Amino acid sequence: MTSTEYEPRFVVFCCNWCSYAGADLAGVSRLQLPANLRVIRVMCSSRVKPEWIIKALRSGLDGVLILGCHPGECHYQEGNYYTRRRVAILKKFLEYLGIEPQRVKLNWVSASEGAKFAELVSEMTNELRELGPNLLFAREAREREQEPIK
Amino acid sequence: MQKIRIGVFICHCGSNIASAVDVVDVVEYSKGLPYVIHAETNLYTCSPEGLRSIKNSIEQYHLNRVVVASCTPRTHEALFRDTCEEAGVNRYLFEFVNIREHCSWVHLHRKEAATAKANELVRMGVAKVSLLEPQDCMMVPIHPSSLIIGGGISGMTAALNLANQGFEVHLVEQETELGGLLKGLNRLLPTNEDAQEFLDSVVKKVKNHRRIKTHLPAKVSQVSGYVGNFEVGIQEGNNETQYQIGTIIVATGAQVFQPNRGDFGYAKMANVITQLELEERFRQGTETGQNVVMINCVGARIPERFYCSTFCCSTAIKNGILIKEQNPAAKVHILYRELMAYGIEYENAYQKALQLGVRFIRYNLENPPQIVGNGRATAVKVYDELFGQEMEIPLDLVVLTTPLVSYAENSLTSRILKVPLTEDGFFLEAHLKLRPTEFATEGIYVCGTARWPSSVGDCVAQAYAASAKAAILMRKGFAAVEPITAFVNEAICAGCGNCSLVCPFDAVAVQLQKGRRIAVVTPAKCKGCGSCAAVCPSGAMQQKGFTDQQMIAMLDAITEGD
Repeated sequence: MTSTEYEPRFVVFCCNWCSYAGADLAGVSRLQLPANLRVIRVMCSSRVKPEWIIKALRSGLDGVLILGCHPGECHYQEGNYYTRRRVAILKKFLEYLGIEPQRVKLNWVSASEGAKFAELVSEMTNELRELGPNLLFAREAREREQEPIK
Repeated sequence: MQKIRIGVFICHCGSNIASAVDVVDVVEYSKGLPYVIHAETNLYTCSPEGLRSIKNSIEQYHLNRVVVASCTPRTHEALFRDTCEEAGVNRYLFEFVNIREHCSWVHLHRKEAATAKANELVRMGVAKVSLLEPQDCMMVPIHPSSLIIGGGISGMTAALNLANQGFEVHLVEQETELGGLLKGLNRLLPTNEDAQEFLDSVVKKVKNHRRIKTHLPAKVSQVSGYVGNFEVGIQEGNNETQYQIGTIIVATGAQVFQPNRGDFGYAKMANVITQLELEERFRQGTETGQNVVMINCVGARIPERFYCSTFCCSTAIKNGILIKEQNPAAKVHILYRELMAYGIEYENAYQKALQLGVRFIRYNLENPPQIVGNGRATAVKVYDELFGQEMEIPLDLVVLTTPLVSYAENSLTSRILKVPLTEDGFFLEAHLKLRPTEFATEGIYVCGTARWPSSVGDCVAQAYAASAKAAILMRKGFAAVEPITAFVNEAICAGCGNCSLVCPFDAVAVQLQKGRRIAVVTPAKCKGCGSCAAVCPSGAMQQKGFTDQQMIAMLDAITEGD
């Protein structure tokens, strides 16, 4: 399988107030999306714990997209600012773990931006397809296989 | 502990889901998932039959957890939670799986991929529901007072409706007078009544009502708190006063689009005016001239402003009729692109205009009308799309029909209230059909042209709807707040205080208990963002309904089937 044929799979964390509504709007508008994404709803993007992201990548998913309200529009006043800082730091840590930082992305989608949601997930699909399979997962799977059963 | 018994209900949603997802396959798949005792499809799970089937299945199979895979939790979650509760299952042992907006509708012609994805989404939902715990709703009192932002016809109607039911109303208007857009109008469709007489009677009622406190010119400077218990700062001049408010209605209105200087000669030729300026002339009694040409859709339904403002065609029809009634010899041409005269009254007005001899000429955007004249418009050249020929119409007056556009200030109001706007800057309701005058945020409502261009009649209807919704809440006197608050596992809390640093609502504090530093959550203040749980190094801080364990189970479930 060449990297261009690779079908990636990723998870999208959407906040309840803006981006989940934006994702709903993409559906209501019948925008056709790649079937690679799984949306998980959280109340605020700031709930997304960095450990979840690493867990997702270690379990074999190819990427994580976090979507929040636009800066200044967070339902919880400043949650998305925390998310922004947290993701910036996490991306540095991912390099240390041997994961391409591009596998984790953060963006803003308002309740009226169904088209932007569609664009972002298509873009993410293409970029992950370029990157190919998540090597950390493959490496860990190999290590698990080689480990003698106790 | 009781053994987990899950029921999974897969909705066809008519053909909305079933046409793109093989729902029978999803049911068969669900039956093989851990703890799933029963799975079935429903034509419409939200219909009375669907809900009855959930209840019957709970009883028959002794279910204690329910998963519904259908549309979006944003509209139907409360309904299914109620159903669970009625059948004796705690309302928070329910999980919603969205296989319509997030699956069938976005993968319309890829049944295989959509079905595989739906299976996976259900697997994630089942993984989460098995880890959910029963919760109790938190009841909060609702203060019987309402803040209404905007003193136009919508705001005033809502204010009167609430005040007449005995609620205290604070009506905030940024201008020095009440009335909004209605102040500039001449006559109102479809009744043809005098706009100013109608407005005066409403303003008088508002001003004389003992339960309405009118603040003008004033602004809402800040809003904090939550449903039933908002703290609102109202700024009048240099004074800011705080009020305790139960519900908020956004009725900030919209403005009439002003054509750019030079568009169809506007602001360069004295005899090119807008419909609003024409209404002003009617009120002054100024002559409108023998030959009048109206051009519709000026600044509307163009690439940079795509929407139809809905009632401007009717405005042109209304004013065309007035001109013909005053002077039957006058010639009135209305150049239109598509004619929107919805509802029987506006259709009747259109028929009346035709009978009186108002001429309608259809133009298209590729061949817009050209004004002829130097310093003063003397004629218009227009390509009649239906006739297939260009014609030149002599004229004394050009009237441009322009749409309503949103106020730039809406973005500030939207930030203060944390409610969304559309891409055109109007306020975005929770759901176009199911919750048309509510926001997703409980206790905040919207009506009138703040929401979308609407006629006066529609604004009044929306104002009644929004205020009725507010009144329901205030009459009940309490509201259930979702138990999505943070909680602490005291045994592993190290008292580091990260949580209290990130809490925007001051809901978490580190306290000394039995000689140990421990984070303590005040649930009434917690709004459930979960930020504190994300920064807890030990995992002691969690969020109800979104615990680390539940979320990681969902993530694991994605790849489990591989």
